Formats: sequence, structure tokens, C-alpha cells
Amino acid sequence: MNDQAYNFAYLDEQTKRMIRRAILKGLAIPGYQVPFASREMPMPYGWGTGGVQVSAAVLTPEDRFKVIDQGADDTTNAVSIRSFFQRTAGVDATTDTAEASVIQTRHRIPEEALREDQILVYQVPIPEPLRFLEPRESETRKMHSLEEYGLMHVKLYEDIAKHGHIATSYAYPVKVEGRYVMDPSPIPKFDNPKLGNNAAVQLFGAGREQRIYALPPYTDVISLDFEDHPFEASKADHACDLCGSTHSYLDEVITDDKGGRMFVCSDTDYCEKRQAEGHTGRRSDATQLQEVGQ
Amino acid sequence: MIELQNVSKTFTLHNQGSAVINVMSDVSLSIKAGECVALTGASGAGKSTLMRMIYGNYSTQAGKLLVNGVDVASAEPREVITLRRETLGYVSQFLRVVPRVPTLEVVCEPLLMIGQSRDTAEARAKELLTQLNIPERLWGLSPTTFSGGEQQRVNIARGFVHTYPAMLLDEPTASLDARNRAVVLSLIQEAKARGAAIVGIFHDEEARSAVCDREIDVTTFSPVAA
Amino acid sequence: MTPLLSVKDIRKTYGSHIGCTDVSFDLYPGEVMGIVGESGSGKSTLLSCLAGHLEPDQGAVNFDTRDRGLIDTVQMSEPERRMLSRTDWAFVHQHARDGLRMGVSAGGNVGERLMAVGDRHYGDIRSKAVDWLERVEISETRVDDRPSTFSGGMQQRLQIARNLVTGPRLVFMDEPTGGLDVSVQARLLDLLRGLVRDMGLSAIIVTHDLAVVRLLADRLMVMKSGRVVETGLTDQVLDDPQHEYSQLLVSSVLQV
Repeated sequence: MNDQAYNFAYLDEQTKRMIRRAILKGLAIPGYQVPFASREMPMPYGWGTGGVQVSAAVLTPEDRFKVIDQGADDTTNAVSIRSFFQRTAGVDATTDTAEASVIQTRHRIPEEALREDQILVYQVPIPEPLRFLEPRESETRKMHSLEEYGLMHVKLYEDIAKHGHIATSYAYPVKVEGRYVMDPSPIPKFDNPKLGNNAAVQLFGAGREQRIYALPPYTDVISLDFEDHPFEASKADHACDLCGSTHSYLDEVITDDKGGRMFVCSDTDYCEKRQAEGHTGRRSDATQLQEVGQ
Repeated sequence: MIELQNVSKTFTLHNQGSAVINVMSDVSLSIKAGECVALTGASGAGKSTLMRMIYGNYSTQAGKLLVNGVDVASAEPREVITLRRETLGYVSQFLRVVPRVPTLEVVCEPLLMIGQSRDTAEARAKELLTQLNIPERLWGLSPTTFSGGEQQRVNIARGFVHTYPAMLLDEPTASLDARNRAVVLSLIQEAKARGAAIVGIFHDEEARSAVCDREIDVTTFSPVAA
Repeated sequence: MTPLLSVKDIRKTYGSHIGCTDVSFDLYPGEVMGIVGESGSGKSTLLSCLAGHLEPDQGAVNFDTRDRGLIDTVQMSEPERRMLSRTDWAFVHQHARDGLRMGVSAGGNVGERLMAVGDRHYGDIRSKAVDWLERVEISETRVDDRPSTFSGGMQQRLQIARNLVTGPRLVFMDEPTGGLDVSVQARLLDLLRGLVRDMGLSAIIVTHDLAVVRLLADRLMVMKSGRVVETGLTDQVLDDPQHEYSQLLVSSVLQV
């Protein structure tokens, strides 16, 4: 049901070529931010314009497309981007991680291990990891080109000085193939270990900032840390209240105004699959979050 | 130890019609190790100028000015600085220090500059300050607030803390009472005894006769008005 | 003895205006040289050329590197020069906020240079930072405070600590005591003197304050209209200046 008023996947072919060239360059230099001529998309900045343009450039008619927003397939943002490509590209959509060939994500990496025939597209608000320490773009580019990354550790130092431990819990900076320091987009640091040595192609698109960067399959990605304060992929110290998983990233959900709360997998597809397999958690009676809230 | 060969000094005052003042010309003299020589002559005759030239503080227009073999007139700044640090001491009439530095530190500094340990430097400094009757309660204070006589004694302690082989003394006993003057004279005697060559200006005739081996009248160095 | 810095025939022009020209000198290890002159005399332009902040039109700034001996830093690649300015060189700005990260704690400011050269042990970095804060007379209790909460004198001392923590051999200073009140100046000068002596630092200090060079500098270079008009031992230049302009400069100082 391709909407014929648009070119395939909304963008014109020249634009998609331009974006593909940026993607290829990004894959050739893992972690390096490639500038690209970001287009106006029919959605506001901050809603994934970068990710959408990258998805548009890599989608083929045969693809099965999945969109997650903080792990969930059913939020407004995920639903509208999914229907956008269903309309403009006519691709099949899915919520099943294993079935999808292209997954666009905002702020999570799926729990299920990805395969070589899959592409993960990240929506990136601010691609420059050095931005908050050094506001001048001319200077940060120079720092990248000269590998002057001492400043990145200053940020972590400040964390420890202030909180006694590295308190940065998302958008945790990584070093790619021992060369470029990269912002992994605001994924929780729990997901950082999945960035490295991943079988899938990982593409990062920042629409407002006009940057694309990439991690080819099986790239070496190290989270920055100190010898005496090593990186830790932390999560809430609970099991999922719905599927009982002890090794997935959890969202905390407030269930009433009397201090009631529960922890559930942020990856909805993962959680549902586990429940279907018969795994249970502390509150398995509450199969629907909406019901829990009431 | 200190040797002047045909030394001349002029001042050119560019901002006062480029007036040229000939202060001294063709001065030759020599001071051996262990010898103390007093410069004499009326005020303005050039005693201090000559001392400052030997110290490298004033430039020299002609001739050689050798201190321990180094020609101060032509040496590089760093050579003069090394000379001042290791070989040539100077006790001026006035104490010039960074404001808030404590007295003990001021006196220690020459020894620290030549790489002596702080313990050694402090021990030697305390010994001298005691000898010169600076009360211990003042050691931790900056000498800038002291009386003229106290400042002069701190200055002397600083000048004698290192055993320089050559020394220039500009009125070392001025403004001192009899007791402290005796201490300073004994310090000069000690320096001579260990072989230091000393050039001094002493208005105090008693002090002069007590420590000086001979006198040089600088009036004779002034060029005869043509 | 090899000079630490050997400057040959530096020239920098701004269009037809001469910033500085015909400047050559050697600086030896442990020497402190002052550059004095009025505003617009070219002293700051010269300092920028020496420190690699400005590219001179001609001339060489040879530095005695640890591994390869004398190398012309003007011809050096930028990464090499930047590495040098993080390790063996230091630059103390007149305004502390130009040399500090105002949004980063005092400890982070000092630690940055260590992390820049690869230190990755938080405990070590922090204890070195605390040690340096104490050396510049800033209490350990302020280590996590931002420099914006510091007084002007403290900021300047913090900038010095940040610069000296990697044990540089050559320090460039641009009016290091400018803008500080007199009592704070004295304290800073004393501190600098002690550090220069204890670390055997070489330094080039640009200032218009003759009292500063008298206390800190071994030798002096007097500049006027982009040219060096007189050089020599600091006290000799100040007490027996030879050049017309130096005489004017020295006689213009108000005696207190």
C-alpha cells in the first residue's frame, strides 16, 4: 500500500544517494562523524529526523521494519515513524526483533542479540561527545582529528568527584577501534556492551546536527573509564515484574499514588516473548500496564 | 680574585640632551684572595658605581672586569647570574625583597639557589640571625616591616649565609649599634680568613681600619676635565 | 650548553603594520627572561609567535625537545606542537578565565593536563591535583569547587597549578599579575619565584610592570615598535639603561 504521491521512502533518489555515501564513509571510518545535508522531514526536530533519513536511505521494498522508542513498539513516536514508512515505502512492519531487517531505535538496543543481516538505526540528538565541555565545533573537530581526548575523562572525573562514582548513566562515551570517541546516543549505559562486537550494522543519524556515523559489524567499542573506577553496565537491581527476567533493562512504573511501583522490561517485544514462553514475574497477574495503573 | 684592567665608565643621558658623563676611565686594580680593600673618596666620586660595575649591575664601556676569571663586562647574563649565585656576594645598603616573604626564607634563599638542602640552609640562616641578634619571634615575619637597623642585619645575614669567594660590601656597618657592628666585623674577618676577596665602602673609619688591608681612592679614577 | 629555546629572526606583520621583527635570542635552562615595553610594542605578538599561538611570517623557534634535540616548532606538525604545549610547555594567561575551564572543578582543571597525557587512575589524578592545589596555597577543601567561586588571585594560582602539574620545562606568561591588586601580586610573585627555583623552570614573562621583572626575571628584553632595543641582565637594564627608550621607560616609573 505504497502511497504513490511520494518517492519510495519519502526522500528523492539523489538525497538517498547522498545519505548512502555518508553512511559508507561512516562505516569506513568507524566512530567518525560524517557531515551530511540533512533534509527537512515532515516531523519536528527531536522526533528522529536523523534516524528517519538514515532508515529511508537503507530501506528496500523487501525489508521488514521495526521501530522502538525507549524499547517500546507502541509509543506515539514509534507508531508514527512505523506508519510513515508503511505509507511511503510500503514496507512490512513488525514488532518482532528477530523478524525485522531494519530497526530504528530511540535510546535503546534490543535485548535480543542481533544478526549480520540486520541494521540498527539510532536517532541521535547531539552527536558530539565533547560538546558540553568544549562548545566550539572548530575546536572539537580538531580534538577528534588529533585524538586529544583528555577532556572526555574530565567529565568522568567530575562525576566521581561529585558523586563518588561515575554517575553518567546514559549517552556514556565510548572509544571506537582505539581511535574515535563517540556518543552512542542516549542509550542507557547498560546497553553499552552491546555496541561492541555486534553482528549487525549500527548507523547513527543526527538530523538537526547534520551528522551520520556508524559502527560496522564486530567493531571494537570500549566504554571510557578509570583504572580505579571501571565501567559498569548498571540496571535497576530487580527482576522484571511481568516476565521475571533478571538480565534485561528495566523501566520503573509508578502504579498508584501510595508509593506502589513495579519494574518491567523496557524492551516490550522481549518481555512479551518471554511471557508467551511461560516465564512469570512478581506481578504477572497484571498483564497489561494500563490495567496496573488503574 | 677580582681584577680590573683599563676599565672605563660613562653615562649617556639620552633624555637630557644626550649628555655624556665620564665617570671613570682607565682603571686598573687587583684584589687577591683573603684581601679586604676599602674604596674611599668623597660622595659622588664613584665608589658605589665601581662596586656596581664589578657586580655587573652597571655596564662597563671599556676594559676588562674579571671576577674569578669571568669578565663581567662582556659576559652573558646567565654567566653573570651564575657568578653571583656561586662566587660573588653583594651586601647593599638596602634590603630588596618580595613583600610577604618571611625573614628566615629571605636569608635561606642564596643557599637554596645553589642547591643546598632546606635543612642545611635553615640551620645556617638561624645561626646567623642569632649571631646578629634578630629575635627569633621575628624570623617568621617579613623584614619589610622591620626597623632600618634590623633590615640591615637581615641583609647582612643574607649576604654572609653562603661562603662567597668574593664579596662586595656597601656600608655594612652603617646604622648598626656597637654590639652588632662587632658581629659584622667578625663576620668580615672570618670571610677574609677563609680566603674571600672583599671590596667595601666603609664610612666608619674605625671599622675600616679594623678589617681593611689597604685603601683605594677612587677620586684618582675620574677623568681629568679636558 | 644547549639552549632550551633558540629564537632566530622572528618577524610577524599585520598587513603593512609590523607586529615584531628581527627578534633573536637564546634562552638557557633555568633562565627567566622578561619582555617589557609599552602597549603595542609587539611583546604580546612575540609571545604568541613563540608559544605557537600565531604563525610568524619568518624565523625559527627552536626548542630542545626531550627525544630529538633542537626542533623548529614553527615547522612542526600541529599535533606535535599541541602535544608540546600540553607537556613541556605551559602558558599562563593574563586573565585566568582564558586559561581555565570555568565549568569544571578546581581538581578537574588541574587533572585535565594529566588525563590529556594518558593518566587513567582517578585516585592518582586526584591526589596529584590536591598536592598541586596545596603548592599554590589553595586549600584541599576547595578541590571540588568551580573556579567561578574563587577570587581573582586564587584563579590565577589555580591556572598556574594547572599549567605546572605535568612538569613543563618552559613557561610562557602573559602579564601574570596584571589585574590583581598589589597585595595579591606580591603573594603570586613569591609563589612563582619559589616554583621557578624548585622546578628549575625556564620562563618568558611578558609584562609592562618593571617591578615584576625585577623580582622574577634574570634577564630582560626591552621592546619598542616591534623591535628589541635593549637586552641584558635585568638589574643592569633597569639600573643602567643604555638605550634612549629604556631610559625613558625606567625613569617613567613612579617611585613609591
